[in-house]
Amino acid sequence: MRIEVDIRKKLRSNGRDFSLDVKFACEDELNVVFGPSGAGKSLTLRAIAGLEKPDYGRITVGGTVFFDSLAGIDLPASERKVGYLFQDYALFPHLTVEANVGFAVKRWWERHLSAQAARRVAELMELFELRGMEQSYPAQLSGGQRQRVALARALIRHPEVLLLDEPFAALDPLLRNRMRRELLDTRSLFEVPMLVITHDPEDVASLAETLVILEHGRVARKIDLKTPPFRDGEGHVNERSIRGLLVDVGREEPPAPRPTMRAVK
Amino acid sequence: MPTSQEILVPLLLTLKVAGWATLVSSLFGIAIAFAAARLRFPGKEVLDAMMTLPMVMPPTVLGYYLLVLLGRRGILGQWLYENLGITLIFTWQGAVIAATVVAFPLVYKAARVAFEGIDPQFEHAARALGQSEPAVFIRVTLPLAWRGILAGSMLAFARALGEFGATLMVAGSLPGRTQTLSIAVYEAVQAGKDDVANFLVILTSIVCISILLASGRLLRPHYAS
Repeated sequence: MRIEVDIRKKLRSNGRDFSLDVKFACEDELNVVFGPSGAGKSLTLRAIAGLEKPDYGRITVGGTVFFDSLAGIDLPASERKVGYLFQDYALFPHLTVEANVGFAVKRWWERHLSAQAARRVAELMELFELRGMEQSYPAQLSGGQRQRVALARALIRHPEVLLLDEPFAALDPLLRNRMRRELLDTRSLFEVPMLVITHDPEDVASLAETLVILEHGRVARKIDLKTPPFRDGEGHVNERSIRGLLVDVGREEPPAPRPTMRAVK
Repeated sequence: MPTSQEILVPLLLTLKVAGWATLVSSLFGIAIAFAAARLRFPGKEVLDAMMTLPMVMPPTVLGYYLLVLLGRRGILGQWLYENLGITLIFTWQGAVIAATVVAFPLVYKAARVAFEGIDPQFEHAARALGQSEPAVFIRVTLPLAWRGILAGSMLAFARALGEFGATLMVAGSLPGRTQTLSIAVYEAVQAGKDDVANFLVILTSIVCISILLASGRLLRPHYAS
C-alpha cells in the first residue's frame, strides 16, 4: 500500500499564519509521522481522510487518487476507504457500544442491522474483548475499552488504510504500552497498513517502520527504521538510536519564509 | 358554570393554532439555525438579528407588519387573493402565521445553541465511516442536538399558546373561528364573565406549567454517566 502526499495549505488561526507544505511517500505497513504540536500533523492526516481540503496538491492511496487540485479531483470523505481513529476516539455518545461498532454497516433508514452485518459486529465485539458491553454507552467505558470500540468501528468496513491521530495520548501512561502491543496485534490480524501521527518518541520506537519527521509544516526528514542502526540483524529495535533521532526535533527556529513575488519585486 | 362551548371551543382552536405554529416554526427554525451554525456567509450576523427580532418587538407591531404584508391590499396578500383566491386575514390560518412568527425565535435560538454545542469531531467521524452529508445530519447531528431543539419547540408551543397581540391584529376575535384562549380570557373579563375567565386562566396555567416542567426534564441528557 503506497501512500503519496504532496499538499499545500495556508491557514490563519488566532491571528497567526501557518503554512503547510508537506511532501512524502511511504509504503510500509507501519508509518509514523512524528513532530511537535503545531507542526501540521493533524492537518495532514485530516487532509488524507478528506476532512480538510488542501489548497493545492495531490493525495493518492493505493493507486486511488483521493485529491488532485490540477485534475479537479476531491473525493468526499465518505468515499475514501480509510479508517480514522480520532485522538479522543469521537465515539457517538448517544449510541450504544454495539451501535457505534455497527455504525458504518447500517443504513440510516434501517431499524436493525442486517443478519450479515450483525454477525460481523458480534465477531468484532468478540475480537476486541467487548462482549457483555453491547448495551453500554461510551461514557461508561474505560479509556482502553473506548479505544477498542473506536478500532472496531473503524475496521468494520475494511479500510485500505487506518489513520491514527495520537492514538495513545488520551490514555493513562501505564496503559499505553499494553495498547501499543494490542495495536500491533490488530495490524497483523487485519493486515491493514497504518499511518500514525504522534509527538511521543515511545510510539516511534515501538511502532514505526517508516518515520517521517514534520517540523513547522514541512517534512524535515524521512527515515527507514527497518534496517541498522535502528534495528539489529534479528529485527530488535534499537531504542537508543531512534531516540537520538528525535531529541532535537522542534528545537530549531522556523525556517525563513520562502520569497514571495512581492519580495522579489 | 361556563358552558363547554365557552371552554372547549377556544381550547381546541388554541391547541390547533399552537400545534401548527410549533411545527412550522420548528421546521424553519432548525433549517436556518443549522445554516447559521455550520455555514459561513456574508451578512450572517444581520440574519441572526433579523431572526431574533420577533422576540423583542411588541406583538402588535409584528401584527401590523403582517397586516401590511398579508392583507387584501398587502404585498403578498393581494397576489394570494388575486391568483389563488386565498385570504389569510381573520382566519385561523392567519392566526397560525402570527403565532409562528412570534414563536420562531425561541426554536431558532435553542437550535442554534444546540448545533453549535456539538463537537464537529462526531460529524467528521461519521463522514470517515462512509456516511453522506444527509446521513451525517440524520444519524449524528440531529440526535445530538434534538434535546435542545425539543426544549426550544416546547417553549415555542407555550409562546404560541399565549399569543395575543399579533393574533388579534391579524385574525381578530371571532368566537369559534379565531378566538383563542388568551383572547377569550380578555373577552370574558371585558364581558364580566368572571367564572369563564377563571376557568380559562386556570386551564392555560396548567398547560404552561406542564410544558415548562417537561422541557426542563428534556434538557438533562440521559447518556452522560
